[in-house]
Parts: sequence; C-alpha cells; structure tokens
Amino acid sequence: MPFDVYLNVAVGGILTGLVYGLMALGLSVIFGVVRVVNFAHGEMMTIAMFIAVVAFSAFHLDPLIMLIPIAAVLFALGYALQTGVINPFVTRPEHAQFLLMVALAIIISNALLIMFGPDARSVQTAYAFDSYQIGALIIDASKLYAGAAAIVFTAALFAFFRLMLLGKAIRACADNHTGAQVVGLDVKRLYALTFGIGAACVGAAGVMLTLIVDTTPLIGPSYTLLAFVIVITGGLGSLPGALLGGLLIGLTEALAGLTFSPSLKSMFAFAILVLVLLFRPQGILGRRLS
Amino acid sequence: MARLAAGLSPRSAALLGALFAVLVAAPFIINDYLLTVLIIILYFAYAGQAWNIMMGFAGQLSLGHAIYLGLAGYVAATLYVLLGVGPWLGLLAAIPICAACGAIIGFLAFRFGVAGVYFAILTIAFAEFARIGFDNWKFVNASSGLFLPVKQYAHNDLWRLRGDPTMFYYVILAATALLFMLCHLLLRSRMGYFWLAIREDEQAARATGIDTFRYKMYAVMISAAVTSFAGVFYAFFYNNLFPEQVFSISRSIEIILGPVIGGVGTLFGPILGAFVLTGLAEALNSAMTALGIDLPGATQVFYGICLLLVVAGLPDGVWPPLARRLGVGGSKK
Repeated sequence: MPFDVYLNVAVGGILTGLVYGLMALGLSVIFGVVRVVNFAHGEMMTIAMFIAVVAFSAFHLDPLIMLIPIAAVLFALGYALQTGVINPFVTRPEHAQFLLMVALAIIISNALLIMFGPDARSVQTAYAFDSYQIGALIIDASKLYAGAAAIVFTAALFAFFRLMLLGKAIRACADNHTGAQVVGLDVKRLYALTFGIGAACVGAAGVMLTLIVDTTPLIGPSYTLLAFVIVITGGLGSLPGALLGGLLIGLTEALAGLTFSPSLKSMFAFAILVLVLLFRPQGILGRRLS
Repeated sequence: MARLAAGLSPRSAALLGALFAVLVAAPFIINDYLLTVLIIILYFAYAGQAWNIMMGFAGQLSLGHAIYLGLAGYVAATLYVLLGVGPWLGLLAAIPICAACGAIIGFLAFRFGVAGVYFAILTIAFAEFARIGFDNWKFVNASSGLFLPVKQYAHNDLWRLRGDPTMFYYVILAATALLFMLCHLLLRSRMGYFWLAIREDEQAARATGIDTFRYKMYAVMISAAVTSFAGVFYAFFYNNLFPEQVFSISRSIEIILGPVIGGVGTLFGPILGAFVLTGLAEALNSAMTALGIDLPGATQVFYGICLLLVVAGLPDGVWPPLARRLGVGGSKK
C-alpha cells in the first residue's frame, strides 16, 4: 500500500485521537479529584450524542454549534449525579463505587434504548463529505473540525485548572483532601463541580464524535472501556497523559484497522493496555503509585 | 460428611434441607415455563457462587468472568460438533483450559502488583480480547456463531446432555448443590481463612506469613475452573454460541448481580440473589407481555435499579439481614 494512504489514515487517527483524549480527560479529572472510577463514562457520552443527533434531526442545529450547550447540560447532569447519588459513596470501598456506576451505566444505556430504539443514527452535515487537500494529504472536514474543537476545549480546561482560583481549589482537593478542608474549601461542592466538568468533557467529546461515528444506545460500554484504556495507558489522574493516551490509541486503532481488519482494531488497544498495566502500571505519564 | 455439617446450625440445616426438597419436587408441580425460569435462576446461582469464590472470599474483583463461560462453552461445543465428544468429557477439557486462563490473568496481575480497579479492568480487557479474537476466528465460525445440532429426542440422553428441561433442571440443581457444599468446605478450610484474611487486609495477611500471591492464584484458578461448568451448561442448554454474546461485558456483569444483591462473600447470597433478581425480572416480563407492552431494555433498567438500590441501601446485600431475621446467624461467612 502506498505511503500516502498510511499518512492519511494516520492523520485521521490522530484527529479522532484528540476527541478520544478529551473523552478520557473527563474520566481522568473525575478520578484524579473525586477518586471515583466513573464506569458510566461512555453512557454519559451517549446521552450527549443523542442530544446532538436529536437537535440536528429536529432543528437542523449543527453539532459544532451545540457543543457548548450540550456540554453545559452534561455539566448539570454530572453535578446533580455527584450531589444526589455518588457523594455518599466517596468513602465506600472501591468495588461498591464501581457497582454503583455499573448500575447507573445499565440504567442510562437501556433507558436510551427504550426511548430511541436500537437503530443507528447519524448526523448528515453539509460538510460530511468535504475534505481538505494539502499535497498528498487528504483530511476529512468532519474529523478536522472535531479535532480542532477538541483542542480548543482541552486548552480551555488546562487554562481553567492552571489559572483560575476555582481550578486551583479543585487541584488542592485532589492533592490533599484533609488539607483542603482545613483551609476552608467546600470539598463536597468542589467534588460536584469536578464531576460536572468531567461530564462536560465527555459530553463535548460525544458531540464531536457524532460527526465521525454513528450513534446507537448501546455503544456506551465500548467507549467506557476505551476511555479506561486511554486513561490507564496515559496515567490515571494525569491530564497530559490522557491526551497522549488518546492520540496513541486513536493512531493505533486507525493503523490497525488499515493494516489488518477494522473489526480487530480494538484488540490492539487492549494489547497496549495489557502491556502498560504489566510494565508501567502507573501509565506513561502517571505518577508512581504509592 | 462430618466436616460438611460442621458450622451449620440445626436450624439452617433444616431450612436448607427444606429448600432442597422443594426444588427437587418442583418439576412435578410446575409447568415447563416456570421450570425454564428455575433453570435460569439456578444457572445464575451457580455462576454467581463461582464468581463469589474470587470476590467474596478472596476479595479480587473480576469483571471478566465471561471469558471462562465463553471459553468453556466453546471448548465443549467445538469438541461435540467436530468430534462428537460428549459434554462431560468436554468439561474435563474445559476445566484445565479455564484454570490455565485464570492462572495467566492472575499471574500477570498479581506478579506485577495490579490490584483493585486496575485488576478489574485487566479482567475486562482479557474478556474483550477473547471476544474480538473469537469473533474473527474462522475455525469456530467467527461472528456467525457456533450451533449445536438440535433434534427431537425420544428420551433424555444425560451423557450427551440432550433432552427436555426436566433433565437440564436436575443437572443444574445437582451442580448448584455440589458447588454450595464445595464453597462451604472451602470457607472452613485453611485456605478459606487465608482468603478471608487477604480480603480483609492483604498487607496484614502477608505480615502474618500468608503467601498471598499463591492463595490469590488458587482463588482465581478455582473460580475459573468451577465457572467452566456454567459455560458448558449454557452452551448445551441454548444450543448456540455467539462471541458477541458469550464474551460480552454484560454477560460478566449479569452473573455478578446475583451475589451482589444477595450478599457478596456469603454462601447463600448468590442463590438468594439469583432467585430475587431473575424471579422479579421474569415477573416484570410476564406483566409487560400481559399488558401488551414491548420494551426491549426494560428488564435491564430494572436490573440497574435493583443494583442501585441494594448497593446504596443494603451494602452487605439482602441475605445478612434476612439471615438474622430467620435466626440462622448473619455473620459474613
């Protein structure tokens, strides 16, 4: 196969990987601060995808316009979930938290199945088949916009955590829970905000994914797993790690799909996960586990 | 026999005996539909009990038990379809394969200190790996699935596991009873106490001189080995195997719901949980059919809500408080 085919697929993989990275970033933020493993991550993303699909089919609202509103809806959902359901579980054993999130995941995906039926839905934008050509390189317009939006969203998130006082307060909670309480931070509210931010990330990623893949109610679990693979590969709790993991997995999937068969692509993602867990359990950019 | 009776109060022995007698008599009383429901309940009770050895006794959360169900089913079904080897011999082949698979996962995880959530995700990763692998493996018909020949049988053939629901019912009832006894013995053995020590505090267990690596390995391998029977039974009861279904993560989750709702780490929890969950789900299904409502996913939403309520309201499951009520001791053993 000629080299430029590989190059095109690789670029497409990297752009998809940026969206994956944003999705995983949400998971990483939630785990890094609240210390709860969000096993309903992919399902929350599916909610965002369905809002985007319905907004497009009913009102012809482009997913890129709906990016911020849907992220806001998911933020509210995450905030409410944390305050209403998850908060009492913060101090419970790991497996209890895990099962709680599994329960939420089952409820969300099947409620969506009841509401929307099992059929795949897609967003047919005017630019769905457009592409940009730079020399031998051909880039899908949808993937380019999705990747660019992911970069903007991620940059805003990094700025929030580095520059704003609220972001610093959340980081303080993550670093030292007791210390944060001592200096008078409202940890419960900050946890809820964090869960909201994580949900907003995955919501934004979901909206952009509607440009790239079809939406069905039951795709949640596979994206939950994908987010885990990415976050563990990059380092659980490390924000740059989540992005790097996303790029790596996006690229691997694209190249594996091209070289072998598309149905085998996630096998390679899992192979990377197993290798990372065995040889560098804290992830590529993660801090050493205590 | 004496060891089996040890630690069982006369009251709980009487209650267990009564339950067993009712279950043995059941096929003479109830119709085929209810019998099929009972078969499914006992299948979940068996598989949940098998999972419970790993999580409930030794504290290792596996969310990928579908890999053992699927492997065992595929081994027995392939042997049967290709070579005409009966399921019991197939089971003899499946047990070491599943135990070895568990040993590989356990070895990789425990040797490299992969624990807790990371361990759970590793188990999912292996199950997904198997799912995609079998989905693309032409030898076992890949994604189009493996089918066992279905014919009308004049009489029950226990050796080949071909027959009517009553035969399947007694097979799974006997297996569930045997596994219950095995778990009872395991819990009262030296190894059982080591497992509980590891579950409660692994560091402390190691400090008292327990070879935690070895006993965690035993837990995974025994759990995988006994799970293999459930896989073979499933394959021969339903007569079809699709990688998309048998290895799916929802299959792994399905079998842990019973023990979680009944009570993780208890002996009777998985059985009670299977009865409660499957019983209620079937009742819901019948009610919806009677009302003419067709909602795929409604049962799953119901499962989710049950799980949510139990995890939030009864952290130890339904059985411990119920056991205290029945006066058969509510200790988490």
